[in-house]
Amino acid sequence: MTQTLRTPALDPKLARIIADFPILARPTSRGKRLVYLDSAATSQKPRAVIQALVDYYEQYNANIHRGVYEIAERATAEFEAARGKLARFINADMHEIIWVRNATEAINLVAYTWGSTNLRAGDAILLTELEHHSDLVPWQALAQRTGAQLRFIPADERGVLVLDDLDALLDGCKLVAIGHVSNTLGTIAPLDAVIPRAHAAGAVVVVDGAQGAPHLRVDVKALDADFYAFSGHKMLGPTGIGVLYGKRALLQAMPPFDYGGDMIHRVEYRDATFAEPPWKFEAGTSNIADAIAFGVATDYLENVGMDWIREHERALTAYAFERLSEFEPRGLAIYGPRDPAATSGVISFNFADVHPHDLASILDTEGVCIRAGHHCTMPLMNKMGWSATARASFYLYNSEADVDALAAGLEKASKVFKV
Amino acid sequence: MDDFYRDYILDHYRNPRNFGHLEKPDVEAEDLNPLCGDTIRMELNVEGGVVRDVKFFGKGCAISQASASMLTETIKGMKLEDVAKLSKDAVLENVGIGISPTRMKCAMLGLRVLKSAAIGRLASWPDEE
Repeated sequence: MTQTLRTPALDPKLARIIADFPILARPTSRGKRLVYLDSAATSQKPRAVIQALVDYYEQYNANIHRGVYEIAERATAEFEAARGKLARFINADMHEIIWVRNATEAINLVAYTWGSTNLRAGDAILLTELEHHSDLVPWQALAQRTGAQLRFIPADERGVLVLDDLDALLDGCKLVAIGHVSNTLGTIAPLDAVIPRAHAAGAVVVVDGAQGAPHLRVDVKALDADFYAFSGHKMLGPTGIGVLYGKRALLQAMPPFDYGGDMIHRVEYRDATFAEPPWKFEAGTSNIADAIAFGVATDYLENVGMDWIREHERALTAYAFERLSEFEPRGLAIYGPRDPAATSGVISFNFADVHPHDLASILDTEGVCIRAGHHCTMPLMNKMGWSATARASFYLYNSEADVDALAAGLEKASKVFKV
Repeated sequence: MDDFYRDYILDHYRNPRNFGHLEKPDVEAEDLNPLCGDTIRMELNVEGGVVRDVKFFGKGCAISQASASMLTETIKGMKLEDVAKLSKDAVLENVGIGISPTRMKCAMLGLRVLKSAAIGRLASWPDEE
């Protein structure tokens, strides 16, 4: 089986990007080219990000905020400079950038601090039917702790949010949590419509940006989001590092999350006062190397250009719709909006009666990595009546040749399963 | 895995044997694969310690459903105490080799449920014994 049905000349910029990712040059154990279509789960890492980790450990490994010697000062400077880079990346102030492990921890931080202090029995928390478990289960737990009730902005059969009853849903609502981009269907949420109306109703808005920040230009001031949570590993950075953005006034009024070293102002045996945000929320030694490398990842993204990435993914998605539609007569079904402008590089589908796990296994033999399953959105899958879907997701390093490899893998699955 | 999806696997996937429910099962069990959500239910009629009839019900991938279907054929007429002692080899002999580590749980789900029914409590994963 050939890997590509046609080999279009690569755009020179795209060719340079691909060459920056060492893993994409490594063949699989079966000698196939690695075709990575699972960036919605985690992205690959460019050489510069990997090198930043090595440089920290080889050249200036030291704890931050304490040592007065040269390498400690450099570690502190690089760590805080990375915070500045993340702030610029989403148009925030550096005092509004809290380092966390990932978007999930960021959301839990808001739920445990802002949520526990501000929500009372009878208040409402408004979510959407598209949320990832990480933007659902923390709010379920908060609702159980406080007696607040959960409400949901409905999604239609294409996975598009329906705002017809938004004002009624917002009545009595203290907090709105909404995913910027659906990890299952790629739907881009209408934040411009939801956030002003949520504020008018007196609610605070938490945006789960795990699938938004990697792909779309984010300006938290223009969005007027109160909190914006995202993970480094989905946007070229290492695992184990993420960011919670919060408006400064909100952060100042919130109690700490974890308590311990580094987050204090003054400590006595029976009492303590706490540091200013963001350090108030960063107890214990931070994930120094990964934070610095996350900063380098945003350098890389800025250098490529978020607008270029958006357009590249839009064009790839349009091409993928075209290639996948060839299989529709054989029973391939595409879920989610069919409009590349309404989605962000994610395509969910099923192929006749081939279970997505079997499909993913067959594609794996061709070097093609896709996701199969419920994508951590079990309630959405149940609502839609899908037990599982296959998901291909794109990023800046994917090419039309990758989409062709997916199509070739579907041809193989079609032969194996005789569909 | 290239060779895994042979015709008889696909046949058991699309035409599962002993699929459905028993009117009055003597022992039964059900479980899911938490990794992917595949489910299997096993219902047995037992007479004098011997499996007289078996039905399974479930949904999931070809590997989990075909493995369960083939197991039901294996155990008819078998002593319940022997069913409880079946190892992962019972499944691997049925489905052949070539299952990758990540798909092993799919293949073992049916056996785990069957052994759970036989011993009256949740059995351990056969591939972890």
